[in-house]
Amino acid sequence: MILIDTILQGVMLGGLYALFALGLSLTFGVMRLVNLAHGDLILLGSYIILTLAGSLYLPPLIAALVALPIMFVLGWALQRFLLNHALHDDILPPLIVTFGLSILIQNGLLAIFTADSRRLSLGGIEAQSFAVGPLNIGVLPLMTLLAAVLVVLLLNFVFFKTALGRAFRATSDDATTLTLMGRDTRRVFAIATGIALVVAGVAAFFLATRASINPSIGPARLIFAFEAVIIGGLGSFWGTLIGGIILGVAQTLGGSIDPEFQVLAGHLVFIAILFLRPRGLFPRAFD
Amino acid sequence: MSPVLQTHDLTAFYGDFQALFGIDMHLDEGETLAIIGANGAGKSTLLRAISGLLPHAADAVLLEGRPVGNLPAFELSHQGISMVPEGRKLFASLSVEENLKTGADAFTRPGFWSLERVYELFPILKERQHQPATSLSGGQQQMVAIGRALMSNPKVLLCDEISLGLAPVVIRDIYAALPQIREAGASVVVVEQDIGQAMKVADRVICMMEGRVTLEGTPADLSREAIHNAYFGDAA
Repeated sequence: MILIDTILQGVMLGGLYALFALGLSLTFGVMRLVNLAHGDLILLGSYIILTLAGSLYLPPLIAALVALPIMFVLGWALQRFLLNHALHDDILPPLIVTFGLSILIQNGLLAIFTADSRRLSLGGIEAQSFAVGPLNIGVLPLMTLLAAVLVVLLLNFVFFKTALGRAFRATSDDATTLTLMGRDTRRVFAIATGIALVVAGVAAFFLATRASINPSIGPARLIFAFEAVIIGGLGSFWGTLIGGIILGVAQTLGGSIDPEFQVLAGHLVFIAILFLRPRGLFPRAFD
Repeated sequence: MSPVLQTHDLTAFYGDFQALFGIDMHLDEGETLAIIGANGAGKSTLLRAISGLLPHAADAVLLEGRPVGNLPAFELSHQGISMVPEGRKLFASLSVEENLKTGADAFTRPGFWSLERVYELFPILKERQHQPATSLSGGQQQMVAIGRALMSNPKVLLCDEISLGLAPVVIRDIYAALPQIREAGASVVVVEQDIGQAMKVADRVICMMEGRVTLEGTPADLSREAIHNAYFGDAA
């Protein structure tokens, strides 16, 4: 029964990792952009929510909802004014630019918010749980997982049922030909990054409520996000969710053996899957 | 009658390599113009330049008299120039129907063509509408590419090597669509390697060699010898 409980906690933790990863999956899927600042952008989102909640006295959930459009504009502008200039046939410039951005955000957050740990308080919900038979399910972890499922459903709806989604998929196939169809692919990219940062904003809310944060923890979130994306296989949002869950379960199982083993267990499972299925479990992308 | 499309001293480069040397051509309203020439003559480059994929001076391309040469490809599509690219270039992760829809998603002007009309033109595509576009046969894929380009109701339709790699009977099916495309209001440029095919469908033919226009005339005017010389250079 303890084993089932541990796995269940891992599945819910996986929801958080999936939220970290979905934005990354989206920008990579649409424009082959590997955003090394993704973890720091999530953290930036957390600080935006904390600031809205702290200085404007907004309830945490309202603060998060207000932060989402801010994140969209931020992502849109980031792509429009910076990343679009770095995106060409060469894959190196975007890596260097986003690596620089990562350093910039970390130090910016450090300068403004100091290195103190901070946490978004939900007024007790974060400690609540309910019993299902012999198992205890935390309200907040369950909300995190449900949010991840909801985000996957919404992203799949946008990608497979709308004209914008057709443009996202078409631009990833052949951006030049899409311009012949009258699409300004720079705008498509800007909207994609905007949406990716909205997802990052959702992740930011749960990151800040789950545990305390400080400006240095972004890169580690990026690693978890990467692992979830790659375990799941590039180009599939459900795959990314499963990838996050596998990573979460691996970590909690590892942690139940020895707390120091938690993060390492995740990495080991990641490497094992990469070894057995180099393209991930549910690859959709063709290249 | 004023031409719907004109180029004036159009040049194009791939890096340091000059591919087009001052092309002057025009396309009249309702006309079908065939561009013939050997491999590497610059035919596809000319279409790529007109459609905005290669940069050049603003007044090098005129659409209905307006200089449009400096506009990016997506703007030119909005202005009414639509391209069936060489090699079809269908979106591999999209279904047949989704490929067609991308032709009108960003911009479309009111006109004859719609998804239903494209399906009437190429009924086989309706049967295959939910299949991945690249799972179709070559000829059917070419129909998707043409249909996709028609979806925005273009004024000018540029067709780059639409018969390349297809069986003669399939080529005939595809060219059978041309009269209806013209009737619906598009002026058409076809780049064609097959001289016989070009002569059959075109009102006027221009022949290119090494980035220059070497011959121009109606199919009736052009002798085999003149075409041979324009195609391969004058026989010594």
